[in-house]
Amino acid sequence: MAAFDHSPPPFFKQGPAPLALLSLYVAISISLMVLDAKFRYLEIGRQALAVVLQPLQQLAHSPARGFDQAGEYFQTVGALQDENQRLKHAKLEVAPTLLRLQQLEAENARLRRLLSVHERQPAGGQVAQILYTARDPFSRRVIVDKGQQDKIAAGLPVVDDAGIVGQVTRVYPFLSEVTLITDKGQAVPVQIVRNGLRSVVFGLGNGQLELRFMPVNADVQEGDLLVTSGLDGIFQPGFPVARVLGIERESSYSFARILCAPVAGVENFGEVMVLAARTPPAPRPEPAEAVEGAPEDKAPKARKKRPGGRN
Amino acid sequence: MQATFSSSRILLPVRPWFIALSLIVALLLNMLPTAWWPGVPDWVALVLCFWSVREFRKVGMGWAFLVGIVMDVADASLMGQHTLAYVLLTYFASSLSRRVLWFPLLQQALQILPLLCIVPLVQFAVGMLAGGQFPGILYFLWPLVGALLWLPLTFLLLLPQYQPVERDANRPI
Repeated sequence: MAAFDHSPPPFFKQGPAPLALLSLYVAISISLMVLDAKFRYLEIGRQALAVVLQPLQQLAHSPARGFDQAGEYFQTVGALQDENQRLKHAKLEVAPTLLRLQQLEAENARLRRLLSVHERQPAGGQVAQILYTARDPFSRRVIVDKGQQDKIAAGLPVVDDAGIVGQVTRVYPFLSEVTLITDKGQAVPVQIVRNGLRSVVFGLGNGQLELRFMPVNADVQEGDLLVTSGLDGIFQPGFPVARVLGIERESSYSFARILCAPVAGVENFGEVMVLAARTPPAPRPEPAEAVEGAPEDKAPKARKKRPGGRN
Repeated sequence: MQATFSSSRILLPVRPWFIALSLIVALLLNMLPTAWWPGVPDWVALVLCFWSVREFRKVGMGWAFLVGIVMDVADASLMGQHTLAYVLLTYFASSLSRRVLWFPLLQQALQILPLLCIVPLVQFAVGMLAGGQFPGILYFLWPLVGALLWLPLTFLLLLPQYQPVERDANRPI
């Protein structure tokens, strides 16, 4: 009987059927997605591949850098003199503030010591170059050229000359990934400079930010500047984050819809500064102690925020 | 093999290292900081599509899978997002390959367009399932540009396979 089932050997070796291969690869892809999205098991594999990819990424960055340098080279003397003049002017303008800053910081430290409040940590960090922006529109991330070799760790805040840009989310040996504050899923605890109202600002994924869970009657105005509140223990307090663009107050919703635009050049291409880690804040007091009424200055998790957290 | 099945000019066989090189160059092009310009094609998808139409015995879903994983790491996207899109693209491209190459180049480009559309559509579906935001209608623009680039791409990638025309009166072909 077996002789009847026997089919002649194929002339050309073709391997497994395409549809079988397809279903195998699709199954592997889908399981990779689930493993990555739900359990984050693939970080080691990512690290290994990133090391292999690093020379390619540096190479891809070189045309942009060369273009920049060529642009600088061909700038006219006039333009440079102009810029020099403007920079001198700007320096002169900020000089009085800067000169007084040292004295103010010293005074501030003294006063804080008098009040026995924790001292503010001075901001320090290292400059990193943005290599490229991920093409994928679903992840608002940039790759910068400093990694584990430069003591970068996941969670460090990243700023530019105007304000907060984002936060380091993945670190490879020579590179790291920075999630921008406009990424959907990135939250920054902020307070309004004008009145000290605290809240959390969330990325929308389209280049804007939203101040969520603010009651309709909250004291927020267009043009308000939001700075980091430092309640998360990650971002140092006082860095500008965003400016309020528009407010929609509808009485049918319990919360106002407040859109903000980032202050920093979040979608720009250039150099950023990765700030050093903050000294860990005091551990959260036990619930029994919290009843005593000591207002905790630094809660470790700012994401677990009360809606419309007021001062 | 010929440039198209209807042409009579016979090409040299493709060298495997040239396929690998073209894919690496495509990866490099994908890593250029062009993310903010609309309509810049996904070069890796384009080159993968080209080779799986022309050389479906050499470039199959295994290559697509490998390159997809590399793109996932380079783009910091969800692992498997590019992989799935590229694997589906190569599958459909290689199943079309026996038909597409009978047509002249312009009509080939027209048939390649829906193939290329698979990539952003699959990635869009994955991104939305993973909780993303609608990326804007311009995100779906690049397959059009890619289909237009099919003509120069064919010429460029087949260039090493052309051999000089030898006139020989005694040779049968």
